Amino acid sequence: MKAQRAVWGDTLTELAETDDRIVVVDGDLATSTMAVTFANAHPERFVQAGIAEQNMVGIAFGMSTLGYRPWLSSFGVFLTNRALDQVRMLVSQTKAPVRLAAAYTGLLNGASGKTHQDIEDLSVMRALPNMTVLAPADETEAEAMIRWAADHDGPVYLRLARDAVADVFDSGYEFRLGAPVLLRAGGDAPEVTVVSTGVQTSRTVDAITTIESGGRSVRHVHLPTIKPLDEDALWQHLAGATDVVTVEEHSVVGGLGDVVAAVLAGRASGARLTKVGLADAWAESGPNDFLLEKYGLSVDRVADRIRDVLGERVAA
Amino acid sequence: MTRNDARDVEHLETVAREGRWRVLETVATSKAGHIGGPMSAMDLMVALYFHQLRIDPSTPQDPDRDRFILSKGHSAIGLYSVLALRGYFPVEELATFDHGDSRLQGHPDMKLTPGVDSSTGSLGQGLSAGSGMAIAAKMQGKDFHTWVVLGDGEIEEGMVWETVIHAPRYGLDNLTAIIDLNGLQQYGWPAGEHDRYDRSEPMGHVNLPAVFRGFGWNVIEINGHDYDEILDAYAEVDAARGTTGKPTAIIAHTVKGNGVSFTRATFKWHNGVPTDEQLDTARAELLIDQKTEALA
Repeated sequence: MKAQRAVWGDTLTELAETDDRIVVVDGDLATSTMAVTFANAHPERFVQAGIAEQNMVGIAFGMSTLGYRPWLSSFGVFLTNRALDQVRMLVSQTKAPVRLAAAYTGLLNGASGKTHQDIEDLSVMRALPNMTVLAPADETEAEAMIRWAADHDGPVYLRLARDAVADVFDSGYEFRLGAPVLLRAGGDAPEVTVVSTGVQTSRTVDAITTIESGGRSVRHVHLPTIKPLDEDALWQHLAGATDVVTVEEHSVVGGLGDVVAAVLAGRASGARLTKVGLADAWAESGPNDFLLEKYGLSVDRVADRIRDVLGERVAA
Repeated sequence: MTRNDARDVEHLETVAREGRWRVLETVATSKAGHIGGPMSAMDLMVALYFHQLRIDPSTPQDPDRDRFILSKGHSAIGLYSVLALRGYFPVEELATFDHGDSRLQGHPDMKLTPGVDSSTGSLGQGLSAGSGMAIAAKMQGKDFHTWVVLGDGEIEEGMVWETVIHAPRYGLDNLTAIIDLNGLQQYGWPAGEHDRYDRSEPMGHVNLPAVFRGFGWNVIEINGHDYDEILDAYAEVDAARGTTGKPTAIIAHTVKGNGVSFTRATFKWHNGVPTDEQLDTARAELLIDQKTEALA
């Protein structure tokens, strides 16, 4: 169990030992994003842009035209909102190999509150042509994605969580772009199929464990690649489902839920879809446990929502 | 890669007249495009492409070439005209500007057009992109220079000033910003007296040389239509490359729509399509029928 941002700093530092294309452009947040690890090990390949995210993106783009594969170090909100025009124009349009290491994504950002809660990033980033959008479940998958990205010839948005979550994968895990990962089959005809992404998958694993112990059959699919999607592979897990639940630490607008909705609608599935995520509203500051409980993403609250779908929730 | 060290102002002026003609002719053909901005920046770009830049149109991706970014991307047809005359693609291709399936998009696209070093279009981004190229050049020990043309309306964009603050900190004496100070923008400011509004001088209230110097830039102020002044400024920048630790801002006083009587110094030709009669006037004023020498 290790925080994904720390995994990023460590893995990139190691990769840069043998890959001289790797540089980091930071927006004065290196001690938060853990780019500081890279800066200490490779100071000659660390560019400080200061608190100026738009220029940070422009610098990274310019460097990419000379063969570098720059990683941007900032909070998700600043990359996907403050610098969106620059990402759209210079990175997405030109297919520049710039990597957006979005730290502090989702609801849990160390009590910084709603201004820093990056809960619409998947929606915004997946709308950009050429952008690969990744949301790792845990430290192992984050590391696998960072290694995968090293040789990817285009832009990547990597959604990293601030705080560690319980491990989902063991060290043998291999990341495959676009492919869904079946975590639990739930038999041939599960009563409900749950699709989750990012670190919310870790909490969803625990939620489903409590439900299955009650004798219900649940399928659980983790979708680490929001874009590009291997739709046929995802459909293999959804075909025949009567109830599908999506779970994400993201707004219910435009994220995983809508990715899955489009697949179900496109295949004329008759399944009912329940989207579990953050309501279309602003959240607040607070400790992680408080926020997860209040905004419906704790293990217990997710289990409740799935039980609702199964029609067996007992009133508290 | 070569640069043309001989100073032949008469030739540059001939090329610039041809460039301005191609702008008007192309916009008339395409029935869309900007005119005032391309014509105010024309002499600055001709002096770069036909004198200053170390480039070879036959190898537009040479890693050691000087870079040029037209940050005010809506003046694309000005850049395309210069690139075509310089030999990056056939002059006849200008007729496809803004048409479907053309390599010559409404704003510069580095993936489509030979010789375009950065896509631009959303204003304010080019200097930042250029600073990234300049930083990377220093990291790789390359001695090419990166030149960026910005409009005076464009530098109202906040992002420009992020780069202005940042570039001196990285000692980017291999980066030059050329401000095309033509004094007019599309709509302008509600000021009262003139016409509906006073469209003049986006930066009229700003002491630009003092501002750039204050941020740690080297500043040169020139008449952006006087080739001796332009070439002197470029030579000064080139000579100082790698020695001053400071980026340079060339503040070029220009006239929007310069070179043709009816487009000169009026916001009305920010964009617009000339009539046949106007084209005849421009053709005569630009001495197009008298040109005899090879241009490139």
